[in-house]
Amino acid sequence: MIDKLKGLAFPALVFWLLCLVINSFMGYEMPSIIGKLTLALVFGSLIFYIFKMRLFSYITQRVLESAFTLFAIATLTFLLLRVLPGGPFDQEKTLPPEVMANIAKKYNLDAPMYVQYFDYMKGVVTFDFGESYKYIGRPITDILVESIPASIELGIYSLILAFLMGIPSGVIAASKHNKFGDRILMFFAISGVALPVFVVAPALILLFCYKLGWLPAALWSGPQYYILPVLALGTRPAATIARLTRASVLEVIASDYIRTARSKGLSNSVVLFKHVLKNSLIPVLTYSGPLVAGLLSGSFVVELIFAIPGMAKHFVQSVSNRDYPLIMGVTLLYSALLIISNLIVDILYSYFDPRIQLS
Amino acid sequence: MTTAALSQPSKSLWQDSLARLKKNKSAMYSLYFIVFVCIVALFAKYIAPYSYETQNMDAILEGPSAKYWLGTDSLGRDQLSRLIFGARMSMAVAVFTAILSLVIGSIYGAVSGWFGGVTDRVMMRVVDILYSIPTLVLLILMKVIFDSLDIFENPELKALTSILVALSLAGWVTLARVVRGQVLQAKQMLYVEAARSLGAKPIWILARHVIPNIMGPVIILLTLQVPSNILFESFLSFLGLGLQPPFSSWGVLANEGWSLMKSYPHLIISPSVAMALTLFAFSYFGDGLRDAFDPKMRGRV
Repeated sequence: MIDKLKGLAFPALVFWLLCLVINSFMGYEMPSIIGKLTLALVFGSLIFYIFKMRLFSYITQRVLESAFTLFAIATLTFLLLRVLPGGPFDQEKTLPPEVMANIAKKYNLDAPMYVQYFDYMKGVVTFDFGESYKYIGRPITDILVESIPASIELGIYSLILAFLMGIPSGVIAASKHNKFGDRILMFFAISGVALPVFVVAPALILLFCYKLGWLPAALWSGPQYYILPVLALGTRPAATIARLTRASVLEVIASDYIRTARSKGLSNSVVLFKHVLKNSLIPVLTYSGPLVAGLLSGSFVVELIFAIPGMAKHFVQSVSNRDYPLIMGVTLLYSALLIISNLIVDILYSYFDPRIQLS
Repeated sequence: MTTAALSQPSKSLWQDSLARLKKNKSAMYSLYFIVFVCIVALFAKYIAPYSYETQNMDAILEGPSAKYWLGTDSLGRDQLSRLIFGARMSMAVAVFTAILSLVIGSIYGAVSGWFGGVTDRVMMRVVDILYSIPTLVLLILMKVIFDSLDIFENPELKALTSILVALSLAGWVTLARVVRGQVLQAKQMLYVEAARSLGAKPIWILARHVIPNIMGPVIILLTLQVPSNILFESFLSFLGLGLQPPFSSWGVLANEGWSLMKSYPHLIISPSVAMALTLFAFSYFGDGLRDAFDPKMRGRV
């Protein structure tokens, strides 16, 4: 039963991602019912899997741990920002004391430290981080909600690109082991790993915008705007995935059951896709955790270079403006994104590799 | 087997691995390049033709020439000198984070793995929590701390210290995990038992027998961490969260060059090439080290 579900859920996942790409890049609206159905299938089978494998206690434990980590991070940021000398309003030294008192009152800075802490924690639990010090009168939650979609879109497209480019080139390189194709692909892969985003992105802009004039150089307002940033962000993970896939495919090819499959007379492509690929993708999946973290921090540079209205701008500006509530909000959001994606990766990992026992 | 073969001095694991490493050409050239960059960074003051902040208002945004080999930037500063001074930051990050996380990580991991039991569980829980704090968050917090504490007069030192502390805090955790795993394995080995039966103290066994034997994987992990640390530093300087101009780092140069990219491409090309070459060298060297130390590869070459 579980195997059948997996056989159904995996193509559904791929199909859903494909729909996503078609919807946003080709400008063709797929009927939304298809997307919803496939998504329901994917999540349904995952939930069924969690039920069947009795993963609930594991997941609860992990969620509690994550909550504790977030709590620790929240406390740490609070302590650092409130206890350390020097506040965001210090530079305006000419202000009379009454004005300072008013500012302190407005932002709840005159209360005793423990009261401030409890208020802050209450806010964190209810997703209310207070008002920005810099953009006066704007709640932090508004700023964050407004900037999340672009960042997440950029991240997901780059993730898809990384897998779509990385896995096939890794398999091709391994199947042409030590021949010309392998060398060329691996040279590109090592370059992709060694080249920082802020080298790749300007190079892409120079080529495709200034020399050829094919694509826009900045902003995030349509499919043609997505291509360059996604390429810039996806190159490095794609290169890493290609190298991992190659190494792991080479290892699997040398194993006994592949020799058996070959000696049965199965064709090369059947062996490669049915036997080798399935077993060699597990190390690649393990890399997804660090991959997501890398994408999150890499996306900051890409967002700045391509002027994408995402989280990066706020992250950088909040620090230089010493906009403490915004720093806290962005920090917690970023940590939460990372922790949640790690949890999902762990569950998926056991889903695809039945040898892994989560408990 | 002849007596001659037997009377040859036996090779230790280390000598064996080093010999293999020396045979690997791309790894050795990478090593030479890394040493070269380190020397340039160390003696930047004497090598660079100008200072990183000397301005020549008559030569603004000039292309490469005999006087300014890599041209000048928008404030008339020599790009080559800024590039050379910028190497200091990258190399300092590479060397110091490696040393710091190696020392902290191996001591912590070794103690945790060696004593086991409740000590191990508590110590590893701490590691788990630290592990799930994103590096970028650590960095922001460190920057805020160092900005408000006012310990350092020199802004270059301040930026360097906050980046170093944050990257080492993030780096030692992974190392501690690996060292702990290795120590757990090594504890079962016969040579440890032999040392213990001879009455050696635990500290002595750890320092003399266990740690030298588990260093292979640890060093490999370290060389793989170094390029990502260099990358992170340039990232931050690029974003404006690390070093600030007029001080120079490759990330700062890339940031300055990127905004003028359309009209003056030479400003983005030089830091990009320097960065890419250095990262290339580190990844080839890391690959070479892994091949040299990986027992699976032994005897195959």
